[in-house]
Amino acid sequence: MNASNPAAARPAPGTPVIQAEHLSVAYDSARVLSDVDLTIRSGEAVALLGANGSGKSTLMRTLLGIIPATAGQARIFGTPVSKGRAVPWERIGYVPQRVAAPSGVPATAVEVVLTGLLNRRTLRLHRGARPRALAALEAVDLAGKAHTALQHLSGGQQQRVAIARALVRQPDLLLLDEPMAGVDTPTQNTLVELLSQLHHDGMTIVVVLHEVAGMSAILQRAVVLRHGRIVHDGAPPLAADAHAGLGHQHLHADHGEEQTLAEEHLMQRSLP
Amino acid sequence: MNAWWELMSTALSSPLLQRSLLTALVVGVSAPVVGTYLVQRRLSLLGDGVGHVALTGVAMGWLVGARTHAEPNDAYAVLGAVVAAVIGAILIDVVSARGRTSGDVALALLFYGGIAGGVVLIGVAGGTNANLMGYLFGSLATVSPSELVTTMVGAAVILVVGLGGRTVLFAVSQDEEFARSAGLPVRVVNLAIAVVAALTVTIAMRVVGLLLVSALMIVPVAIAQQLTSSFRRTMTLAMGLGALLCVGGLLITFTQPLAPGATIVVLAVTVYAGVAIVRTVVRPRRRHQHADPHPDVPDDVSLSEQEVGQCNA
Repeated sequence: MNASNPAAARPAPGTPVIQAEHLSVAYDSARVLSDVDLTIRSGEAVALLGANGSGKSTLMRTLLGIIPATAGQARIFGTPVSKGRAVPWERIGYVPQRVAAPSGVPATAVEVVLTGLLNRRTLRLHRGARPRALAALEAVDLAGKAHTALQHLSGGQQQRVAIARALVRQPDLLLLDEPMAGVDTPTQNTLVELLSQLHHDGMTIVVVLHEVAGMSAILQRAVVLRHGRIVHDGAPPLAADAHAGLGHQHLHADHGEEQTLAEEHLMQRSLP
Repeated sequence: MNAWWELMSTALSSPLLQRSLLTALVVGVSAPVVGTYLVQRRLSLLGDGVGHVALTGVAMGWLVGARTHAEPNDAYAVLGAVVAAVIGAILIDVVSARGRTSGDVALALLFYGGIAGGVVLIGVAGGTNANLMGYLFGSLATVSPSELVTTMVGAAVILVVGLGGRTVLFAVSQDEEFARSAGLPVRVVNLAIAVVAALTVTIAMRVVGLLLVSALMIVPVAIAQQLTSSFRRTMTLAMGLGALLCVGGLLITFTQPLAPGATIVVLAVTVYAGVAIVRTVVRPRRRHQHADPHPDVPDDVSLSEQEVGQCNA
């Protein structure tokens, strides 16, 4: 599948793919994102890290226009996401956070992957969509499960179906929200291998994570959020730091401004 | 048996019964189309709510008819139902998309306001209890030619939108977040589903009545999803089941003095229960024996069937 999407067709490395300018999001009176500035360039592999409620998922969803920004602006491939139809959505592959219980009506893996190939203007599938969907399932090692109902697949397999649905679009930008949550270790390793291959082929990858642990090999950059603000943007934290620090922060989320050890490390490291 | 056939052939030669059969068939086929999307979106009760709201629309239609001395005086009832159902469906969709707790109460207010408003207004418009019962529980026995046409047109719209736009309606119902990130017109699709659901409520009102419309949309889907593993097959099977159940239920009432709408729904629920029981008795035993409990983990040890046989012996 990667062979059919030559790296040559990608935007030149270093071109901004995602730009957030003074991005803020508020629900009622609660501020979830405050004044976030962020540029992610073509070819980067970036993790968005932070404790529960730090705003990392909100940031990703705001970048995609799923949540409207209260202030500021998000651009994808140079186009403001608020412009809707003008955004080159076909260049984006998104893997949302996995929903625990799939819906009541059964749907096979290939039916779900096919939705990734819907043309957003004609609202139809083009010819040859089915073989492409089957190939995408093969790429995530689920060729044998194409006609199995989603609810009969394990959590890890469902996650891979969602990844296949994003990859079948042959995107330039891949966004994943907590892809490792509820996935067993062998599957995690498979996913990391797959993402590493895609990154090697020049795909820009942004991934929301709880901890970098398994993915440190492919990440070059980590953006750490806390209370809706970016507190670190640079080298990924060491796995041990992040694990202890973010876990700690999560437990003491109410304690407000006290900095965790890991964050202090990070701040020091990111100083010039 | 012969007597039954005779009865049936007499029944089928009557234009009135032909019209009821045709209405039952058309509604039975088209209602589960929308039902499949509603079940997938976990909005199984949307049809129910829309039905409640539609009663106010029916009553408004009556009121307008009575004031303008239209002939017959319920000439605008169906039109009123369509308008109220569409507004109700959109409102419900918007409210349930917004919040959880406050939305819940808002929906309850809408439902009960809809029913109560309808009952009061029909009385004001000079409608009788019999009229009211007809709308609440269906009046399949008295379908006029013009009503049959209305039903056909409504069903055609439902089938064109529901089947023609299946892939995109499925995509949005299956995962709205992903659909948004793919640039699909999520809002338009949601609106389309709400409008088509409202249309379904209006045409199904004739068959089973506003209090039971949801059953025609949901129960065939609930039966079908126990038997299939793909979305496409679930919808197709549900359409077939819908037609069979509606026509079957109606045929029963040709020989037994039962209310057609309620009979259809009781038949549908009975079939659902039957399938569910058969499935729990027959299926799981096999599954547990053969399914790999950890499909993601490579097996440490693999045994050929011969070896397993030897171990067991």
